[in-house]
Amino acid sequence: MKILLVDDSRTIRNIQKNTLKTLNLTDVTEAADGLEALSCLANQRPDLMLVDWNMPNMDGITLIKKVRETDKTLPIIMVTTEAEKSRVLEAVKAGVNNYVVKPFTAETLSEKIQQTMAKCGAAAPTT
Amino acid sequence: MDVTFVNAFVGSILNVFKTMMSVEVKVGKPLLKQAELVTAEVSGIIGLSGEVQGSVILSFDMPVACAVASAFAGADMNPDSADFTDAIGELANMVAGNAKKDFHGYEASISLPSVIIGKGHRVSQSKVSPFLVIPCETKLGKFNVEVALITAKVPAAAGA
Repeated sequence: MKILLVDDSRTIRNIQKNTLKTLNLTDVTEAADGLEALSCLANQRPDLMLVDWNMPNMDGITLIKKVRETDKTLPIIMVTTEAEKSRVLEAVKAGVNNYVVKPFTAETLSEKIQQTMAKCGAAAPTT
Repeated sequence: MDVTFVNAFVGSILNVFKTMMSVEVKVGKPLLKQAELVTAEVSGIIGLSGEVQGSVILSFDMPVACAVASAFAGADMNPDSADFTDAIGELANMVAGNAKKDFHGYEASISLPSVIIGKGHRVSQSKVSPFLVIPCETKLGKFNVEVALITAKVPAAAGA
């Protein structure tokens, strides 16, 4: 299963990769902002995308809206410090399938990934 | 500064350190920062805009910054590590982002983080209230969270 991680913090991407590894998900591509993510998506469609909200060049919400113009089914989880109800609603309206608030534990992220893959009809990763 | 904001930051500090590092934080009594007081060696800075404006600084001595960055990233970090500033910046981002969900009735946005490293540096700002220093103590060492915020509107009624 191919994963695209989009976050401007390499530390966070590493933390997420460690969680993905526990789910045997090691085919990971990384992007540091929305523009880089669009380039990655042009080359290859992942099976799951994890997206931060606040990033330079193109933020996560803009990225998600752009992706949803052409791809309605790609499973997307937003992983962000934006925790207000209004922001969650905005993200859901933009087309995210799930939402993880930073700070998060490895267990929470792992659970949301499995939940999202099951909900989207993809094979849930195994631990 | 409204006590709501101070409480929001205290709650956020406890939550971020506990969740990301399994580290308990003992928060001391907030105090007003004296103008001549020099900051510590590493500052992670986040700006806030919107109905709450100002900045938040996580301020560390170098050994504490290294210990905190290492615990946060799950890997040994020193000031020369490629991701040292990234880890400190992301930590500041989490503390500010997590706090603003408890700014009841106020909408605010946070900036991307900046990190300053250097002995004796100062962070100052104009037009905003003085910094309130929230002293924090952990098994990794002591650090401060400095908050200077003003509001730009009357808060909406609760539940609105």
